[in-house]
Amino acid sequence: MAQVWDVVVIGGGHNGLVNAAYLARAGRKVLVLERRHVLGGAAVSEQIFPGFTFSVFSYVVSLLRPEIIRELELPRHGLHILPLESTLTPLPNGDYLAAWGDPDLTRRELYRHSPRDAEASVEFSRLMYHMARAVKPILGMIPPDPTSLSPAEVKGLFALGGHLRSLGAEHFHALYKLMTMSSADYLDEWFEFGPLKATKSASGIIGTFLGPRSPGSAYVLLHHYMGEIDGAYRAWGFCKGGNGSVSGAIASAARSFGATLRTNAPVRQVLVRNGRATGVVLESGEEIEARVVVSGLDARRTYLDLVESKELPPELLEQVRRFRFRGSSGKVNLALSELPDFTCLPGVGAHHRGAISISPSVEYLERAYDEAKYGEFSRRPYMDIVFPSMIDPGMAPPGQHVASVFVQYAPYHVNGGWTDAKREAFGDAVIDTLSEYAPNLKTAILHRQVLTPADIESTLGLSEGNIFQGELALHQLFFLRPAARWASYRTPIRGYYQCGSSSHPGGGVMGAAGRLAALRILAET
Amino acid sequence: MLKTTPFHARTAPLVLGLTWRRWAGYAVASVYDWLHDREYAAIRNAAALIDVSPLYKYRISGRDAARLLDRVVTRNIGRLAPGRVTYTPWCDSRGKVIDDGTVSCLAEGEYRLTCADPLLRWLHQNAFRMDVQIEDVSEALGALALQGPLSRAVLEEVVESPLGPLGYFHITRNRIAGVDVEISRTGYTGDLGFELWVPAANALGVWDALTTAGSRYGLTPAGIWALDIARIEAGLLMADVDYTSAHRAVAESQMSTPYELSLDHAVALEKPAFNGREALAAEQASGPAWRFTGIEVDWVSFEALFTARGLSPSLPTVAWRTSVPIYRNGRQVGYASSGCWSPLLKKYIALAHVRAPHFAPDTPVEIEVTVDHERQRAGAWVRRLPFFDPPRKRA
Repeated sequence: MAQVWDVVVIGGGHNGLVNAAYLARAGRKVLVLERRHVLGGAAVSEQIFPGFTFSVFSYVVSLLRPEIIRELELPRHGLHILPLESTLTPLPNGDYLAAWGDPDLTRRELYRHSPRDAEASVEFSRLMYHMARAVKPILGMIPPDPTSLSPAEVKGLFALGGHLRSLGAEHFHALYKLMTMSSADYLDEWFEFGPLKATKSASGIIGTFLGPRSPGSAYVLLHHYMGEIDGAYRAWGFCKGGNGSVSGAIASAARSFGATLRTNAPVRQVLVRNGRATGVVLESGEEIEARVVVSGLDARRTYLDLVESKELPPELLEQVRRFRFRGSSGKVNLALSELPDFTCLPGVGAHHRGAISISPSVEYLERAYDEAKYGEFSRRPYMDIVFPSMIDPGMAPPGQHVASVFVQYAPYHVNGGWTDAKREAFGDAVIDTLSEYAPNLKTAILHRQVLTPADIESTLGLSEGNIFQGELALHQLFFLRPAARWASYRTPIRGYYQCGSSSHPGGGVMGAAGRLAALRILAET
Repeated sequence: MLKTTPFHARTAPLVLGLTWRRWAGYAVASVYDWLHDREYAAIRNAAALIDVSPLYKYRISGRDAARLLDRVVTRNIGRLAPGRVTYTPWCDSRGKVIDDGTVSCLAEGEYRLTCADPLLRWLHQNAFRMDVQIEDVSEALGALALQGPLSRAVLEEVVESPLGPLGYFHITRNRIAGVDVEISRTGYTGDLGFELWVPAANALGVWDALTTAGSRYGLTPAGIWALDIARIEAGLLMADVDYTSAHRAVAESQMSTPYELSLDHAVALEKPAFNGREALAAEQASGPAWRFTGIEVDWVSFEALFTARGLSPSLPTVAWRTSVPIYRNGRQVGYASSGCWSPLLKKYIALAHVRAPHFAPDTPVEIEVTVDHERQRAGAWVRRLPFFDPPRKRA
């Protein structure tokens, strides 16, 4: 008789792996099925050019939940986070704005541009510390349904209400503003130096089809502050070996608890009998029986592709159909013979060990968004660049380097659709823009990989190439992620759960959804 | 690189043991010599020269300069005449102390504020619709503290116009080595002393004149370790060591009011309105929950703890800046925030926050002491501050 698994997890991304690790740790017999030849989903390291290792998609670790690092003992399984501390914003006038790891140096640098901003920045960080503290318990909470009267949900709401009251008026009001304002407007309340506002507001547009002046972008800004603030665990940085090592460590933990991880095993469908999930069938036709099926895929795949629509209520199908993905970012990975030499800060320096942000002004970012709004990629895009080989020399041959360039905007719905020619034109726009700040870049390129949202979708299965498995918009968060009444990792099909970033608390290499889903499954089955 | 002060070219060769520390983004000497004993002795016995340039300094001028300062600080600036200096804390609207420092009235409508932390943003926020110019002169001005019983004698040798009877907390203009300087009868040592405010570009000439003239008076450059002992003896508190700025504190329990810091004399409740006035008036009526006070460790009880383990008493060589619990009748009633052995008073002393009603002078308390890696409690007394208050301080 064929083996019956306690749990089958569809998708070996970081959330699927976290989910599997927690379930295996609790003694369940767990099988993870990954479509690709490599585990990790968007957190993978691959040698796409001989001798050069790339974090092909996600490229830094900022939000990985400390409780996951602790409970799964990830450092023992190879997680080694290296510091990534500075941000350099080169400016068109030949100057620059830098935020260094050291507070005194950062203050002095900001003071050069605006004495008032130098002080405001300290206060702003303190507020963000409070905001991250305010949001932290919410990240670790299964969202209660505010419309339900069931005792468990009401208890959850009381806990949430108590928590919000404990913030105090000042912080509650700040949180409310962050939830509703645009990042540019919010930052206008604090700062006066344009490039500083632009660089900070860039955190509010990442992975989202919003401009810095679009309401709602302030929340995305906060989302990116959550991990950064968690100094106690130093969960902000670059993972040795690239982001594939994050997945590798979680996979190793899962295996150590007895989970089985299969690659090259694409799932065609979830088997449902009498409203209850009974297993999955692979593309190969192989059937696998399981008491519980968990989908780590995004909401569109989880509800619309993996199960027959007759199994789900039409209201939910409608909500999922309207769930917004709209991938807005691309990625350019470069193998380099030498580091880019920035005109504003010549030579090789500390800035190469941090991020380079192409965000000279809020207007620049907003203009980049304008092009995307009308279906074109940004000719002069926002970019967030890191040189992983400067932090982990093992990423490239000695003396040579890899660059990871996150680019926005590259809309999924581009006019005329993405073609090979358009992809390369997009790559050229990125290199041309970057070359304005570092003229030696073009001659240093040994290999170039350009990824559009269409490539992200076809390679990883992320709908419309959205890196968060759905936009982090207020109407798609907390008890509405991915759909009202179904934000608690359950689905209407008994024994079928979701654990991806389409569910609370959303994307980034966080793992929170995988863990919370596992806790829910352990409590119910 | 950390910033260096305008005197760095002179101080750097004197630092024998690479004993640099950070202060407001600057590198300054913890100690110049191998030990700080001689530097401390110079403060109390001869004259010491201390580079205090990293202080933040703001020049505030214009029609509403006094109005702005009166809104920000707790002292009455309207009453501060030209040529006078005052020490004051400043608070947020809850009456919690943000920082403390001095305000000098340089001329009618012209002031200089010194502080430990940057304050430009707060000043601008408070200056809304006021006719006032706020200039950050932190880097433009070097500052030297010339402290000790012979400091006046040294200074009189170098000033180009007679110093005159420059009184305690007075300030005047003068020239040294051809450089225009301001000289205030102030300091952070509780001794006779002066602070010199020098244009950064010409700072070295002033240093050279002082050290040359001072060599006949035993003038000794002194670092922060020596200064720290002197200021504890003088009962002077230090921001971010003895209390947490309301702008840095994360929880309200970490903040302090001027009354809790025993700065009653620096709160002018008679002023019509200033930041925190309402909260402070209420607190004055009800009495503060805490007081900042001196602690003197009972030597007999302290020594007995060591003797019981076959050890001689072990004293800290430099001042400590950690939180140390204070107990009374077995319960914690406060915490010391700085402490040291006073080489002058021959007492083990500390500065502490003590809860009501345990802060009355001479109340017997206990202080935590680590003896042979074990936590013990030694007897101690609450003492009135300052520990050291020589008549020459005000002379």
